[in-house]
Amino acid sequence: MMRQPTLRLWAGMAVAALAWVGAYVILHPIADALTYDLFHLSRDSHLGSAVEFFLYDTPKVLLLLTGIVFLMGIVRTFFSPESTRRLLGGRREGVGNVAAAGLGVVTPFCSCSAVPLFIGFVEAGVPLGVTFSFLISAPMVNEVAVVLLFGLFGWKTAALYVGLGLAIAITAGWVIGRLHMERHVEPFVYEIAVGQLDSAEGLTWSDRAARGIQAVRDIVGRVWPFVVAGIAVGAAIHGYVPEDTMAGIMGEGAWWSVPAAVILGVPMYSNAAGVLPVIEALIDKGAALGTALAFMMSVVALSLPEMIILRRVLKWRLIAVFIAVVASGITAVGFVFNLVF
Amino acid sequence: MAKIEVLGPGCANCQRLEAMARQAVADLGVEAEVEKVTDVKEIMARGVMATPGLVVNGKVVSKGRVPSASEVKSLIAGALA
Repeated sequence: MMRQPTLRLWAGMAVAALAWVGAYVILHPIADALTYDLFHLSRDSHLGSAVEFFLYDTPKVLLLLTGIVFLMGIVRTFFSPESTRRLLGGRREGVGNVAAAGLGVVTPFCSCSAVPLFIGFVEAGVPLGVTFSFLISAPMVNEVAVVLLFGLFGWKTAALYVGLGLAIAITAGWVIGRLHMERHVEPFVYEIAVGQLDSAEGLTWSDRAARGIQAVRDIVGRVWPFVVAGIAVGAAIHGYVPEDTMAGIMGEGAWWSVPAAVILGVPMYSNAAGVLPVIEALIDKGAALGTALAFMMSVVALSLPEMIILRRVLKWRLIAVFIAVVASGITAVGFVFNLVF
Repeated sequence: MAKIEVLGPGCANCQRLEAMARQAVADLGVEAEVEKVTDVKEIMARGVMATPGLVVNGKVVSKGRVPSASEVKSLIAGALA
């Protein structure tokens, strides 16, 4: 009796995977045929290339997003804030910062539960700096950002974003730990009585697949308008706006553009998909990639609402240090990006 | 009367879960009081570190995610059975 549903589940997954690959393969020919045969646009015209870009990139990025969000939804069922807390409890700094940044990527996290999570970590003896490595990496290095960067700018950009994002989380957390700011945590945090934290849910594979599907509905359902808007902006600007409009202000020549972009992005609050239209516009108008990515990182990683939430457990001094350390890290990354590309 | 608690500081996810819990109670036709718990000390005391959380008669049945409407219904029905 147990084998039948499992078999059906795997068969269903295999069919879905095949359909996904099939759809991905025929996207380009379809976009091509629609643009040039059905709409009779010229292959050399700005309009033609803009329309083809839009018709190909939109379904491509949405397909990638669906696939990766589904897989990450399944991966996340193997992790929980409780198990992460247990893994990090009592761990030394250094190794702990690295582990926390890595676990931040795979542990389910929503910035609205940052406060209970922070208290739970501190209560389990996770060092303050290690907790911060987690809190920095969790919102910043996420599958939506990675897929969007991969789909629009290629795998090198996506890989650098992940690598440098983790580097910021590890380093910034370590620096905050070295500053010994434990007394700038609100005292009640150390006195709170935490109930029994139990995480064993005993999920079956079909439960996990259902969670994956739910993640797709939740995340893709929420971000798709931003993705479409982002690609539309990219397509519209493509070829129409002179490439170096922004180059003077945000190009590689202007060194101050990176810190300016970071400072501008700190109070802003959005997910990676929400900033995408802006990033597309900036880059197409000649802004340097590092500058645009630094802007994206600071929008995603630091925000005014999150600081207000964290104020319930942290004193202003620690919040200020947190912002300053992370913003400096992002600025450094922006410079590195501009040097590499 | 059964007591159903929705744990969360008041973000969009917690509000969605609260609405689902109320709907589930109405659909199931059970006698239950749905209450929102927003104080972080109270949330932690119930053993929930990731919001939103759903608690039925003192037992945590879901946390850290928003289950689907039908799942909320079966979680509540299961805990009350």
